[in-house]
Amino acid sequence: MKKIFILTLLISISATYLFAQAKKPVKKRATAVRGLTASIASGKKVYTLYCLSCHQMDGGGVQNMNPPLIKTTYVLGDKGKLAKIVLKGFSDNVEINGDTYSNVMPSLSILKDQEIADVLTYVRNSFGNKASAVTAADVKKARAAK
Amino acid sequence: MKKKLMFTSIVPLLALAGIFVLCSPKKSSGLENTGTAAPDANNAGLKLPAGFGAEVTAETGAQARHIVVTANGLIYVKLAKLKNGKGILVLQQDANGKATVKSSFGNYGGTGIYIKNGYLYASSNQEVFRYKLNANNEVINPNAPEKIITGLKMGREHETKSLVLDNNGNIYVNIGAYSNSCQEHDRQPHSMGIKGCPILDSAGGIWQFRADKPNQTYKDGVRYTTGLRNVVGLDWNTQLNQLFVMQHGRDQLSTIFPELYTDKQSALLPAECMYALKKGDNAGWPYMYYDELQHKKIMMPEYGGDGKKEAVGNFIDPVAAYPGHLAPNGLLFYTGNMFPERYKNGAFIAFHSSWNRSPEPQAGAFVVFQPFKNGKPDGEWEIFADNFAGSAEKEAAGHQDHKPCGLAQGADGSLYVTDDVKGTVYRITYNKK
Repeated sequence: MKKIFILTLLISISATYLFAQAKKPVKKRATAVRGLTASIASGKKVYTLYCLSCHQMDGGGVQNMNPPLIKTTYVLGDKGKLAKIVLKGFSDNVEINGDTYSNVMPSLSILKDQEIADVLTYVRNSFGNKASAVTAADVKKARAAK
Repeated sequence: MKKKLMFTSIVPLLALAGIFVLCSPKKSSGLENTGTAAPDANNAGLKLPAGFGAEVTAETGAQARHIVVTANGLIYVKLAKLKNGKGILVLQQDANGKATVKSSFGNYGGTGIYIKNGYLYASSNQEVFRYKLNANNEVINPNAPEKIITGLKMGREHETKSLVLDNNGNIYVNIGAYSNSCQEHDRQPHSMGIKGCPILDSAGGIWQFRADKPNQTYKDGVRYTTGLRNVVGLDWNTQLNQLFVMQHGRDQLSTIFPELYTDKQSALLPAECMYALKKGDNAGWPYMYYDELQHKKIMMPEYGGDGKKEAVGNFIDPVAAYPGHLAPNGLLFYTGNMFPERYKNGAFIAFHSSWNRSPEPQAGAFVVFQPFKNGKPDGEWEIFADNFAGSAEKEAAGHQDHKPCGLAQGADGSLYVTDDVKGTVYRITYNKK
């Protein structure tokens, strides 16, 4: 009887443990995916209002003037650096695939952290890009950094 | 739980589908100019009025900007970006009008190039040089130009220095405003204009210098006209003895002031303007723009305008206005004898095409003819050479195969057009007898 009790206990403990193990990632994935879809959708709205006129509908940019957002290291690389471009604007001389771009990008720090996170998530997952989402916390961190 | 599981399995699918939908994959001599050359069978892909034909004279594979053609058929092309380390191409035409690159020189990119009184003038984005030509219009010493003008302002936009000469030993140089509309923060939504726009001291206008004096700087020149945001296409009208320029109007009315302008309005406004200039003129940038729909000079929103208020100030009117953002990069008064009489003394304008109409479709990779009578634009402008883009879809999407930039007239009266996407040089001829 004692044996049975211990066995039952062991089974239930491991079951609970296993269930917890199994449940946790499922829950996490659900949140992440729901977040990504919503973030991309709101990000597209922000893009249309603030970014599209220079970077164009397809993210292709404009020769000599506005850089493309397609598979460049700026877009796919460090999230903090990317957020900083939106927050501070951009007027460095950059060369992307041998071409240079001259137009000044204004600072869009007036946008909320979540809006910047969404638009960057949209850009990182559009135009043939595939990269992890940018969160409001990432943007907040970039805003705080000097 | 079941519901949640279903949700978790559907969402990734939806997300994948969403990403798939949202991603639009990126697509990804004889120095004789005979004038008897036949146009290409397909007119080099261009659409032209009846009787006209076009041929590809050369494929340079470079960012071909402005162009000059000498009386004996040599072609000089200024490149925006160096090719094999050189910024000026010399092309020689054969008896069929096909040209090949003979040599190249000049270690600077730029746009402006012009020939006058035995000299070739060319500009980088900060300086102007000249090269003495021999009797065959060849540059005598390509490695030792005279530096005529130096130290010109160059910002991050409108940096090219287009140039033209008059008949009195003067050279006119565009110094574009390094700004869209002189806002406190360039192109930032709702950022207002800087009072007494300081850019105008040294840019945003046409400067006049002597054509033969070396090492001139701002202090040696005259601000001939001000209030011009950026000029790429310009020409000296010999009939009137007057400078004509094409202004690139400001961008992004609806991006910067979404409550005042719709995207549709912003795609058409403001007009791209043709100005006939006199010394001391002010064309009004950044305080106003010309609205070709209302036919009025309108106060710039950065300076208190609302799309309707008229500009206050002594600003000149354009002599002709064209739809917004089409980017007039070349201007040429036609003085040849090859084309029918109605073209004589009229203006050809190479529009480079818009980028600033999104989300509305882009437009304007074409060469326009503007009829003139007694030195004034007379009648509606018309598209003269079209389909540089390759198709209407490519044009609308802003993925033009070719974009017209420079114009030149050959000794026989044929019209040369450059393209700075692929570097094609076109030659348009009239073939009807």
